[in-house]
Amino acid sequence: MCNVFSKIKKAAVPVAIATAASLGLSAPAMADWSPKKPVELIIMAGAGGGADQIARLLQGLIEKKDLSPRPIIPINKPGGSGAEALRYIQDKAGDDHTILVTLNSFYTTPVIQKGIGVDVSNFTPIGRMAIDTFVLWVNSGREDITDLDSYVAAVKAAGTNWKVGGTGTGQEDSILTAMMEKEFGYDVTYIPFPGGGTVAKNLVGNHVDSTVNNPAEQNEFYRAGETKPIVQFTAERLPAYPDVPTANELGVNMEYYMQRSINGPPGMSKEAQDWYINLFKTLFDSEEWQKFCTDDGLACHEWLAGDDLGAYHTQQIALHKELIETVGATAITGE
Amino acid sequence: MTDRAVITTEVPAMTVRTAELLMAVLLALCSIGLMVKSAELRIGWVPDRGPGSGAWPFWLSAGMLLACVATMIRWFRGTTPESRNLEPYMTREVALLVGISAGSIVFLLVVTHLLGIYVALFLFLLFYLKFVGRHSWLITVSMMVLVPIFIFCLFEWALKIPLPKSITEPMFYPIYDLMYS
Amino acid sequence: MGGLAEAMQPLNFMMIIIGCALGLLIGAMPGLGSVNGVAILLPITFIVPPTAAIIFLAAIYYGAMYGGAISSITLGIPGASTAVATVFDGRPLAQAGHADRALTAAAVASFVGGTISVVLFTLFAPPLASFALRFGPAEEFALMIMAFATFIGLGGDDIPKTIFSILIGLVLAAVGLDIISGQPRLIFGDIDGFLHGINFLVLAIGIYGIGEMLWTLETTKGEVMVHKVQISLDRMKSNFKDIKNYIGTTSLGSILGYFVGTLPAAGATPASLMSYGLAKTFSKDPDSFGKGNVGGVAAPEAANNAASTGSMLPMITLGIPGSPTTAILLGGMIIWGLRPGPLLFTENPEFVWGLIGSLYIANFATLVINLAFIPLFVKILTLPFSILAPIIYILCVVGGYAPTQTMHDVWLMLLFGVVGYLLRKLNYPVAPAVLAIVLGPLAERSLRQSLLGSHGDVTVFLTRPISATCILIALALICYPVIQKLTRRRRRNLGMGQGQG
Repeated sequence: MCNVFSKIKKAAVPVAIATAASLGLSAPAMADWSPKKPVELIIMAGAGGGADQIARLLQGLIEKKDLSPRPIIPINKPGGSGAEALRYIQDKAGDDHTILVTLNSFYTTPVIQKGIGVDVSNFTPIGRMAIDTFVLWVNSGREDITDLDSYVAAVKAAGTNWKVGGTGTGQEDSILTAMMEKEFGYDVTYIPFPGGGTVAKNLVGNHVDSTVNNPAEQNEFYRAGETKPIVQFTAERLPAYPDVPTANELGVNMEYYMQRSINGPPGMSKEAQDWYINLFKTLFDSEEWQKFCTDDGLACHEWLAGDDLGAYHTQQIALHKELIETVGATAITGE
Repeated sequence: MTDRAVITTEVPAMTVRTAELLMAVLLALCSIGLMVKSAELRIGWVPDRGPGSGAWPFWLSAGMLLACVATMIRWFRGTTPESRNLEPYMTREVALLVGISAGSIVFLLVVTHLLGIYVALFLFLLFYLKFVGRHSWLITVSMMVLVPIFIFCLFEWALKIPLPKSITEPMFYPIYDLMYS
Repeated sequence: MGGLAEAMQPLNFMMIIIGCALGLLIGAMPGLGSVNGVAILLPITFIVPPTAAIIFLAAIYYGAMYGGAISSITLGIPGASTAVATVFDGRPLAQAGHADRALTAAAVASFVGGTISVVLFTLFAPPLASFALRFGPAEEFALMIMAFATFIGLGGDDIPKTIFSILIGLVLAAVGLDIISGQPRLIFGDIDGFLHGINFLVLAIGIYGIGEMLWTLETTKGEVMVHKVQISLDRMKSNFKDIKNYIGTTSLGSILGYFVGTLPAAGATPASLMSYGLAKTFSKDPDSFGKGNVGGVAAPEAANNAASTGSMLPMITLGIPGSPTTAILLGGMIIWGLRPGPLLFTENPEFVWGLIGSLYIANFATLVINLAFIPLFVKILTLPFSILAPIIYILCVVGGYAPTQTMHDVWLMLLFGVVGYLLRKLNYPVAPAVLAIVLGPLAERSLRQSLLGSHGDVTVFLTRPISATCILIALALICYPVIQKLTRRRRRNLGMGQGQG
């Protein structure tokens, strides 16, 4: 420990001297904008989740490829299904050194929790990095369930004894669960757990009967033969599950995606926005990112940035408002 | 312990006995406040779902209230050693020592809000070492320089945890230039 | 064993040494824990191969566990929730001038805990992984009951005040968003400040950092805390002779810690608390606990180290992190293209055993580094109070800021510190509140998840075998000290009639 201390102190001395020497001078004027201090990358979810992994991967890639003159620092603000993070970004209006990595609670949280007073349509859109998908899973031990019809029959037979595991009231999978309840006219018990991994484990351990998980969260258990996919909520079959039908194919009009995008606070300067768009475009096109997408079952074909992303957000916000209205906020909170 | 109490008698300071009751009453009020806030949510048993979302804090706060009431009853009956103790709760000397420490931390935080943590650390150390500790200028100044540098290196440079700098942020841009170039 | 050979490669070995040293420093800073070290250094590990990278991170993880004990003992501030129980006896020992004894005990116990858990991991990983799967919400709640039962004896002699302390900890744990209903609770309109809940570290640093300093200020009137410390060879020898006094407790704590650690939800904190509680309950001299019993340092340290190895198991086999740190390790694994899951053991054995082997080497390296620097740590305590106090206050302030990075939490920490000090003067025990805020969220969540699943039927905890067993053990633990006290009293009161309850 002593060594470490002295090492740090030694390194500190030249910094301090140089600081004293250069304090009066202003930074040289730059033609294009680039960050002047470390950039906060706010994650609206806890450590270890999907958004967190993405943020840390991006941070690592930026560092590895030396794409930013200042480090990008991931900070988790998971409070209140992302409400804390959204509020933080809202309060940082006009700041060029704070960005946010989102999931769909970006749309749903301001609708469900009106008290936080956040309007995400004011945020500065930067780039959409990926689209995540959802699949319905049951334990492989359920031999009576082979397709959507037998699934619905099993749920109807069990009634509210049917337990669906999810990542939290108001999260994407709870909305999808509420959509299914409405579509098929059954009523299940939704049990929230703190994260997709825990949900998957509870399905394998038979503590819940079914889940709506992202492919990445269940894939290893599927490969080990512990769980099986029943139906996909995508427009086309995912390459990973060529034999699993989509809901649309079965005549049930249900498609749902989760975007993973980067956004800035309201009123970010145009120059900064352009710089970030350029940065994340480079990352999006990188081999590493595309490989991560393929491995994780994310769709990363179409790059969407700036105003296009803004338009996409507007459309998604309207969609989520409608979804929450049709299923009813109480169907999601359950009380 | 017992013979020290006789020393300070000029001002009738609050006794431990009074403090015990006062604290129990304050904590009871806190418990009631928490109960009221929790009761904004469902505190009863929701059929088929178990306790409502306000139940956990509400009933536990109710338990806190009961514990405070028990402490008050024990105070009236003189069961606890504190309720029979007539020494001052806080001698003036202790109040001064504790007050200076707590006050200086408040000062540290207020200056952090206004001028950023590094300026605050500088002033805090100056105050504490020179005027409370009465150390030599050598010790004071070297601590004033070394401690903020150590904190900066550990947090901002090694761990990348940005500390609040408030309006002094632009002064750090040249340092960032050096650090990340 | 292939894993050890893997870990002994020069690059990997270097990673272990640097990682341990960094971990020690980070862990010893209040408010900073392995989660900071691992998170920040993760990008650096892109440069080196995955096995070396994960070894590096594991070394930081281990080093920080030891580091937490150092700040618990020398400064009296638990750096991480896993080191809370170490304060109970570590601090009194340090104040009595026996910091070196406590530090030796912590280092040795951690080493023993690490060793036993690595052996258990090697022997029983697959069966335990399937056992962990049987832990659903009901079992988790029963385990929490067991954890609460083990520290029933930790409170003071004033029962209403002890109960108050536990309850306020549990209520503070409820602040923030209720994950079951998705509604905010007790946030007093302050979204920025309270929606993320009250971080355990804010309370712990407030009470043990600020509160303890104010308390010391009162008792010592600002004089030097420990007057004379000389570390001689004889003294070191006697510290090592001490080992036989706590080796039993340490071994038990290690085994307990490992098993609790393998359960996905639990992790190292409940393990260390349970180990401390059991050591006290079954000690020949339970009253000496909390006043400076080395066994009280060894038991939780053995358990938290064993549990930190144990918590690698659900991470590797189920992809479920047992703590924020393992969550980030997990993120790292995914980024390197290693998919945690039931197949990792068979598809990437070199990675799994490399990790376990490196945990073991890290364990040994930290023991050596730690023992070598004990004299330096002890020296910290001889600094004049008027220099030590501002440094500790500063560490508390930055440490209170680091976990959530809001000034709100720093103010909250100061408030907890001052209130904690005022309460302590009136004989309110503060430790139960700190423990309750750690276990509270888990207890409430698992209770409500179970009841949701059973439609409000409370017998769910008694009809499931594992959960029923845990509850029975909990009842036995609650009754044991009472029975012990009664039998002792009866023996004493023999011939004088019934002892009163």
